[in-house]
Amino acid sequence: MTTVTATPTDDRVATRSATATIMGRPEVGALIGAVAVAVLFLLVAPAFRSVGNIGTILYGSSTIGIMAVAVALLMIGGEFDLSAGVAVTTSGLAAAHLAWFFSLNVWVGIVFALVLSLGVGAFNGWLLHVTGLPSFLVTLGTFFVLQGVNLALTRVVAGGVSSNSLNDLDGFDSAKAVFASSFQLGSVEIKVPIIFWAALTVIGAIVLLRTHYGSWIFSAGGDSAAARAVGVPVTGTKIALFMGVGFCAWILGMHNLFNYNNVQSGAGVGNEFIYIISAVIGGCLLTGGYGSVVGATVGSLIFGMTQLGIFYAGWDPDWFKTFLGVMLIAATLVNLYVKRKADAR
Amino acid sequence: MNAARTSAARAATTHAGESSTYDGPVLELENIGKSYGNVHALRGVNITVRQGEVTCVLGDNGAGKSTLIKIVAGLHEYSEGTMKLRGIVRQFGSPRVAQAFGIATVYQDLALAPLMSVWRNFFLANEIRKGPFLDIPTMKRICAEELTKMGIVIPDLDRAVGSLSGGQRQVVAIARAIYFGARVIILDEPTAALGVKQSGVVLKYIAKARDAGLGVIFITHNPHHAYLVGNHFVVLKLGHVALDAHRDELTLEQLTAEMAGGQELAELSHELRSVHPEKVVLPHDAPGGIEAPELDPNELAGMEDV
Ligand SMILES: Nc1ncnc2c1ncn2[C@@H]1O[C@H](COP(=O)(O)OP(=O)(O)O)[C@@H](O)[C@H]1O
Ligand SMILES: [Mg+2]
Repeated sequence: MTTVTATPTDDRVATRSATATIMGRPEVGALIGAVAVAVLFLLVAPAFRSVGNIGTILYGSSTIGIMAVAVALLMIGGEFDLSAGVAVTTSGLAAAHLAWFFSLNVWVGIVFALVLSLGVGAFNGWLLHVTGLPSFLVTLGTFFVLQGVNLALTRVVAGGVSSNSLNDLDGFDSAKAVFASSFQLGSVEIKVPIIFWAALTVIGAIVLLRTHYGSWIFSAGGDSAAARAVGVPVTGTKIALFMGVGFCAWILGMHNLFNYNNVQSGAGVGNEFIYIISAVIGGCLLTGGYGSVVGATVGSLIFGMTQLGIFYAGWDPDWFKTFLGVMLIAATLVNLYVKRKADAR
Repeated sequence: MNAARTSAARAATTHAGESSTYDGPVLELENIGKSYGNVHALRGVNITVRQGEVTCVLGDNGAGKSTLIKIVAGLHEYSEGTMKLRGIVRQFGSPRVAQAFGIATVYQDLALAPLMSVWRNFFLANEIRKGPFLDIPTMKRICAEELTKMGIVIPDLDRAVGSLSGGQRQVVAIARAIYFGARVIILDEPTAALGVKQSGVVLKYIAKARDAGLGVIFITHNPHHAYLVGNHFVVLKLGHVALDAHRDELTLEQLTAEMAGGQELAELSHELRSVHPEKVVLPHDAPGGIEAPELDPNELAGMEDV
């Protein structure tokens, strides 16, 4: 009789190849999409090929990407923030109105706006926790509240639909230098939000992939009850994620304020969907627990390229939204396909 | 070196009011009660868990076993009675607090984060850090070692837990609890989803955890599994303790009979005689739809509470 010694390894599961591992990353779909969009506009829009326009494209992308990074982390944590678009405007208006009304140093307004933005985020997270309602509903409420406050307070304080210019106030020049300056890199003009965007992407990706907070975020979105049961502070994690959205809204709000010297009270409505779409193109699942910060950044880049590409190609910009819709569905399908392929390998 | 001993070496730090030389029962539940709205899931439950012993909690589905361990694990608060950990009355506000006191749990219904990798799940909420960052190589190595000891080999620990089989997932959860449990390990029906061999491995680990001086609460509805490792047996019925006995006072037959509700088992075999277990039916055209077997009123009454 022969005895078979048990082999410790299970030979049915082959080690995955390097390509399968790379193809299994959530941002792959977005990268493929970005290359496709770039190739398309390089072919049809001559101005797209000029090196000088890289700065313009990156700047357009950064005004989406700054928010998309925070929104992607929030979505990986299993929640939405529909107030993210108007929150940017709220932050800008808060700084502008406070500083102008009391003729304060603009930095006082800036700090006030930061506290307010973080507070709105914390409030969203807290309301979600105490009511147990879906974030879709809670932040839809915040969205309307903020939208109304933006319009009404601007009419009360500034008597119109835009905040008053802060040009003459103390600290204006230093604030403009911090939030809305630019510098030349060869023939490319780099506006400072591009730096913010890049920094946020790096920090976000490191937090997600290299720190224990990343595990908390993934698990809070993947199965919050199971995460809580093993000791993850799920409520705190989600509140922090909402505050992250608030922080990014503050950065972008300050940029908008000091770039244009005033803020339109009706601005920002609808942008929340652009942030969410960027995150989804970048591989975030709507159900939470899966996604990528780098992917969301690439998603924002696709937006920036498309926005300017359509303009450079001389097409009617009305087509932009249509293009977005097609992009969204295509990217989601590619993500799904790539994920299945990688899992099957 | 086994997993239980390494975890015992990292034994929970002593907390306020605890003496380091305490040698009474690690966990005492006195008259614990818990209601979900108008459902009294537990009433007047007394259980004592000693370190170095395996306390088995048995009971039918719905008896209140999971509710009981969720109280100990900090997931639910009890509404009546007291829970003492090392002689001090505690009410854990959250699972994180319970863990800090050295209690690790494998839940029956709360699994792992499906889209997260195996190693991240293993160390979830207990991550090993190097400065502010995760020490990924060490975590992967320990995770692989602990899983190998349990008899499963997952070549790619970056794989999402959702792509593992149910049994493999269960083993990951058990390995995690055994690795991190410092004083008390609670296992809620850990063998229910496992094959014979892996059930055997889990039972061995339960014994090893006991040898390492941990208090083990082993929840099961399988009296054979319980009797293989248990020192103490508690049978729950409809939220009450129906039996609380030490191993010396009980045989496997008595335990099985107690679980099945005494002579009910004899009745069951009498009932099922008409089923003819030796019978084989030749394939023929299916009539479509199988009639539900008829139950007598006694049996129906017995099912209402389940
Ligand atoms: N979250 C809950 N809400 C309401 N009732 C519950 C809840 N969890 C359990 N129960 C009820 O409590 C009783 C005991 O359940 P459980 O502790 O899960 O039993 P077991 O684990 O022994 O099968 C059952 O009647 C069950 O329906
Ligand atoms: Mg149960």
